[in-house]
Amino acid sequence: MQCETISPSRRAVLGASGALFAWAFMPRHALAARGRDARFVTIILRGALDGLTAVLPLGDPDYEALRQSIALHAEGANAALPLDGFFALHPSMPNFARLFRAGQACVIHACATAYRDRSHFDGQDVLESGYEIPGKVDSGWLNRMLIGLPKGEKVAPGAAEKVIGLAVGANAPLVIRGGAPVLGWAPATLPPAGDDLALRLMDLYSQRDPRLAHALQEGIATGKIATGLDNASRGGPGDPEGMKHLAAGAAKLLAQPDGPRVAALAFEGWDTHAQEIGRLARLLAGLDGAFAAFEQELGPSWKDTAILVATEFGRTARVNGTEGTDHGTGTTAFLVGGAVKGGRVIADWPGLKEAQLRDGRDLAATTDLRAIAKGIAVDLLDASATTLSRDVFPGSERVAPARGLII
Amino acid sequence: MVQSPDRIEAALALSRFGLGARQGDLEAISSDPRGALKEEIANRTVPSPAGEELKPTAELLNDLYAFQEAQKEMRERKAAEGISTPAGGVPQPPSSGEQPGKADAMKAEALSSSSSMAGEKAGSAAGTGAPGTPMKGANEPKPVVPFPQRVFLAEAKARFSGTIHAPRIGFGERLAMFWANHFAISAAKGPNVRVIAGAFERETIRPHVFGRFADMLLAVETHPAMLFYLDNQQSFGPNSPAGQNRKRGLNENLAREILELHTLGVNGGYTQDDVTSLARIITGWTVVGRQGRLGTPGSFVFFANAHEPGDQQLLGNIYAEAGFEQGKAALLHLARHPATAAHLAQKLARHFVSDDPPSALVDKLAKTFMATDGDLAAVSTALVEAKESWTPQLAKVRSPLEFSIAILRATGAKPEPQPVLGGLYVMGQPYWQPSGPNGFSDLVDAWASPEGLKMRMDIANVAATKGADYFDPPDFIETRLGPLLSKETRSAVGRAESRAQGLAIAFMSPEFQRR
Repeated sequence: MQCETISPSRRAVLGASGALFAWAFMPRHALAARGRDARFVTIILRGALDGLTAVLPLGDPDYEALRQSIALHAEGANAALPLDGFFALHPSMPNFARLFRAGQACVIHACATAYRDRSHFDGQDVLESGYEIPGKVDSGWLNRMLIGLPKGEKVAPGAAEKVIGLAVGANAPLVIRGGAPVLGWAPATLPPAGDDLALRLMDLYSQRDPRLAHALQEGIATGKIATGLDNASRGGPGDPEGMKHLAAGAAKLLAQPDGPRVAALAFEGWDTHAQEIGRLARLLAGLDGAFAAFEQELGPSWKDTAILVATEFGRTARVNGTEGTDHGTGTTAFLVGGAVKGGRVIADWPGLKEAQLRDGRDLAATTDLRAIAKGIAVDLLDASATTLSRDVFPGSERVAPARGLII
Repeated sequence: MVQSPDRIEAALALSRFGLGARQGDLEAISSDPRGALKEEIANRTVPSPAGEELKPTAELLNDLYAFQEAQKEMRERKAAEGISTPAGGVPQPPSSGEQPGKADAMKAEALSSSSSMAGEKAGSAAGTGAPGTPMKGANEPKPVVPFPQRVFLAEAKARFSGTIHAPRIGFGERLAMFWANHFAISAAKGPNVRVIAGAFERETIRPHVFGRFADMLLAVETHPAMLFYLDNQQSFGPNSPAGQNRKRGLNENLAREILELHTLGVNGGYTQDDVTSLARIITGWTVVGRQGRLGTPGSFVFFANAHEPGDQQLLGNIYAEAGFEQGKAALLHLARHPATAAHLAQKLARHFVSDDPPSALVDKLAKTFMATDGDLAAVSTALVEAKESWTPQLAKVRSPLEFSIAILRATGAKPEPQPVLGGLYVMGQPYWQPSGPNGFSDLVDAWASPEGLKMRMDIANVAATKGADYFDPPDFIETRLGPLLSKETRSAVGRAESRAQGLAIAFMSPEFQRR
């Protein structure tokens, strides 16, 4: 049960100032659908991932014209990695490409939550709470799903209560907060302010406060303040090294025989209004490194694992005036793990012609993210469809679980 | 957006003269912001720190003596048993601020707060189930905090979870911070100052914030904390019986700082002879030792045997030998000196209004000070009534202490003191621990540095991560900064990629950083 560097000690829990992820502390065999000791991880990408850069529709005739300076290509330097002939993968994600070829990763494209507006705060509420409207922030769908799961038969109730009692947490992502006990963990190293914060403050100060702008500029120029323009490893959830570190820490605990089975993490920095190429290259490399860390640290448990990666909404189909993209609708989700029936891009592709875009600007959403989550819950965790529609994703009766995502 | 003048003044009252807006404060005073400030003056609103450990100075020093006695016995017992102990006595866990150069450790402490935002929601933050069941590691013995540090932490807690949250505006609390920095002492001097640093502020500053300056001055210069800090207990009249016996002489430290920092100011027209003369005048001002030969151990005493006999000349006036009364008369004279009035007026205006305050404002404050014989309520009122005090430009940058307090007020957080103290340390303003008797700088340049901003960003980030569960950033800035907000800040906060980032931007916005 001891991990060398990571154990859910009181110190770590109390030190969880950033509260980067948490998990439900479920005993062994509690999640044993089909005799399998399953692991389920949800990674939230805060800021709205541009799905058209992560997984680009190279085969769509309108893609290059919309993306212009930020379009990726099938050939040349920095070529996109082929997936299925129509879609290709961002070149920063070689691990994902390998897992895809091995049948352990798939892409869900042109998908979205029930949310159709463009506020990050509200979008993340909907994505994580599982409700159709924002503002319901008392609990997340992953937590309510845990409450509804069948209890493992091999665990005596008394023992289970004792384990659940271990739960302490500082700031877990909303998706896993709620009535089911969760244990919080964060690396002992403190999370510094994200690189993106410095850039946003630089932008604000340069408009409003020359004195503060000067000091901040000097801090950035001398390397005291990181901005994402350098490669300084800083360990936060918006930093590639930080993502790998967090993933490895989560995986070590998930791998333990009587450790947690369901985890949620949040990675930050995906709001790419400007200079999207460089920033997404870094961030996607971090996400890709997180996949590799999970695979490595989970060891034999990898075959029973599914990792769902989701973001609050997508971005505009057209490049904007600052080599970035603005808030949109449809985007990609990723599903990775040894338990995943992968090697495919799941998409009812809506097309990129003007009339096919939502409001003439966004990739339309043709797949409901809730269907994906429900499908995993049913096939990996033996959740009941009734509970999923009633308690986990209220109001989703018409959104059927997407079956066949899990081997 | 056009704001009514009263709305803007309400925001200025809270940030420039107060501790920062809490939920509802802006609305509460917007009908008459200046009236609300004057009400705090009239009511003498200076909250009293409360807590079990917050005892009077003499009691605290007595307890310290007992603690040191016990330490000594333990050392001797161990030595007798042949157990070697590290130099410095019994092993002690690190205590805040006594280890310069340990910035990383302090930062870790600063950022590892286990506190909760908005008190009433504590415990639900992570949706945890049943708290309180022990988990692995939970039963590790807590390190023993040595007595002086325990008191220091209790005093800090009484401020950060207590006095700063009580008042509507907090002008009195801000003035208490101003005067405590004016009469700076440092807990780094040693355990004897550390243990009474809080008592010093409670006993000498707070009672006189809206009283007479002369009373504050006399209370300060006779307080054990100041006497220890500036070595006056070591100063002996060369011709006094005790000085003769022990072959000891003057220590000018306190006398010099009284003239240079506490009253006249560095250009206040005194000479080296005046410094030496004042040093002679206050010989014998000391603290009763642990044996209690001169009275209650740990209390102020005039030790006549150490007092330099004879009349003394100070600033051209002769002070006849009169024991303690000689020094008291000298201080009272210094307290009502025009140079003192000018010095204090300049410092007050610079603290509240701008690094380079309008001379009209400084003149008004100095004149009020002179006309009222140093009535600080009248001076504070003059500051509030002066039109120069209400410029809408936010010329000052909040000090780390003010910034930390503004975050705590704005979020309603009442954390354990360690993370707050750690934050102050890394931002360059270790609590009650300035590097010299001149206190912490009161200039924008001292705080708007690249290093300082970096630390503020990290601290804003941690506070925002905790606060993200409780506050909607656009609402948050409207209720806390409202009429001061620029459209650029509104936009930057509204466009943040997460609630936590939105709050971090709010804390780092020019409108929150400045006042």
